[in-house]
Amino acid sequence: MSIEVQNITKTFGHFTALQNVNFQVPTGELVALLGPSGSGKTTLLRIIAGLEGADQGRVLFHGEDATNRNVGERHVGFVFQHYALFRHMTVFENVAFGLRVRPRRSRPPESELRKTVHDLLSLVQLEQLADRYPSQLSGGQRQRVALARALAVRPQVLLLDEPFGALDAKVRKELRAWLRRLHDELHVTSVFVTHDQDEALEVADCVVIMHQGRIEQVGTPNDVFHHPATEFVMHFLGDVNAFHGRVDAGIVQFGSLELPFPEDRQQIAGDARVFIRPHDVTIDTKTNGLPAMEAKVVRVHSAGPLVRVDLLTSANQRLTSEISQERFATMNLQMESRVYVRPRHIRVFAGNGIESL
Amino acid sequence: MAGSIALRHTAELTAQPRATTESGIVRWLLISVALAFLVIFLFVPLVAVFAQGLQKGVTAYFDALRQPDALAAIRLTLLTAAIAVPLNLIFGVAAAWAITKFEFVGKSLLITLIDIPFAVSPVISGLIFVLLFGLQGWLGPWLDSHDIKIIFAVPGIILATIFITFPFVARELIPLMQAQGTEEEQAALVLGASGWQTFFRVTLPNIKWGLLYGVILCNARAMGEFGAVSVVSGHIRGQTNTMPLYVEILYNEYSFAAAFAVASLLALLALVTLAAKSIVEWKTQQQLLTDERVAVKESL
Repeated sequence: MSIEVQNITKTFGHFTALQNVNFQVPTGELVALLGPSGSGKTTLLRIIAGLEGADQGRVLFHGEDATNRNVGERHVGFVFQHYALFRHMTVFENVAFGLRVRPRRSRPPESELRKTVHDLLSLVQLEQLADRYPSQLSGGQRQRVALARALAVRPQVLLLDEPFGALDAKVRKELRAWLRRLHDELHVTSVFVTHDQDEALEVADCVVIMHQGRIEQVGTPNDVFHHPATEFVMHFLGDVNAFHGRVDAGIVQFGSLELPFPEDRQQIAGDARVFIRPHDVTIDTKTNGLPAMEAKVVRVHSAGPLVRVDLLTSANQRLTSEISQERFATMNLQMESRVYVRPRHIRVFAGNGIESL
Repeated sequence: MAGSIALRHTAELTAQPRATTESGIVRWLLISVALAFLVIFLFVPLVAVFAQGLQKGVTAYFDALRQPDALAAIRLTLLTAAIAVPLNLIFGVAAAWAITKFEFVGKSLLITLIDIPFAVSPVISGLIFVLLFGLQGWLGPWLDSHDIKIIFAVPGIILATIFITFPFVARELIPLMQAQGTEEEQAALVLGASGWQTFFRVTLPNIKWGLLYGVILCNARAMGEFGAVSVVSGHIRGQTNTMPLYVEILYNEYSFAAAFAVASLLALLALVTLAAKSIVEWKTQQQLLTDERVAVKESL
């Protein structure tokens, strides 16, 4: 079932949590709402679920207006950040809850209910823990119980609030790969909230990036990572080296570099912000004739898949480069080594627009 | 210089544990003061009540309790508690639910209002009802013309008791329900549960021990209340005397043995309340401990 959010605005007192938010989730997709804390992503999720009311705007499920539908009538599955498992019920009863509270007419018979719950528990690989209480489970197990409980009512839409927020890094990584596989299996339209860009880019079909109650960009993980629409997205989706520069007559100038900039369609001279991702910064010990900035090595951090080299340019500007371990081995970099820095790819934001090179 | 400062600093740090524990004498002194206090003010009076009640023998003790007036007082006390406690249970749960699960205008006012019976003297609480329902009061003439008796009758006693005891359950539940938050209820609603189902299947099981604790305290006070009830009762023997009032009357008439016999029943109630309270506390503690043990096992 598709979800459509139209012109949603929500304020809490003087704080505007959401301002005129619009987006769509096609049937069967897994969408991430990504943003820093306070960007309104959780509020938006709760409005979709019906746990919170919007001041303005509509929520449509499958093209039908669901704005005034009661939370229980929306048939959504909701996984809370802290799981919100019923602490006095066993794992089995937690999962069975949604079926037990149904009106007598639509309530499944006990044998069918037991089978449904056991199927769900085996789906989340917790069958052997059916008689445990939530307090006896680890964080990752509780997370999976919460998911099974949400799925028990056969929701048409699954909403997850920071599903891995309270877990440690390793469990987090395992669970997000597992969630992706589960989604491929079930194909229920899902929206999850996260502040972790890696998580969003790895798991989601589509990423909605939010900032201060507005949507900054909507796109596939590839789209938003390689073609960020705004400076905020550029900053938020990874480390970045930022420079102040100028564009003039098809040339962008920053630091000691002047690069041709034919995409400057506006042909307006003016200030520009230039961004380079660390992995787009190449360094050489010798100059090869191409335009480059001179810099010296300040710090090397080589314990990782890539080697991070912190540099200080001759114009006293800091920047970071990420190079492969092999390249690092051939270069024999020392502290204070003199190197030539060349960007492989830059993004320029001039005026209000954006151009890339 | 810098070195000497650092040295002094570490010396202070190592001395700290000793500084935070008292010497043996001080500890012994504190404990004995506390114990002496308990013996003088709590244990001796309790023993005295039973000793005085039984001073003329067991037969006299039970005879005093079998007096028609004594039986009437016991019946009235039980009736009052039987009405006041369930009503306050419902009120307390409703108030705690409203305060902790909803945001509404006048919430802080409601919290303050709940505390009024604790804040004002019981005598004032009684006088409020006399002012409202007494012959010279606001509603008095109307009630009199319809032949409804509230003051100096059983309804007044029950009303005063409800007023005095209504904070107990609510006060016990509010912090508990605040700590538990509303997420479980929200989860139940999303899963399609109705409001009643959410209350009976999710909220009530989560608060049952706190609720029981509040009810025990509420009951103890309902049976033991003297001041407010004394003002509205009128002290009509065999009709509007509760046990505490009856004890006072007997005492004023110099029938000490009978007074203490009835008083011993109230003391017995207090002991039963204490025991029940300890069991409930132990249960809650036990629950916490198992939770903790599991948490520790997980982290290992």
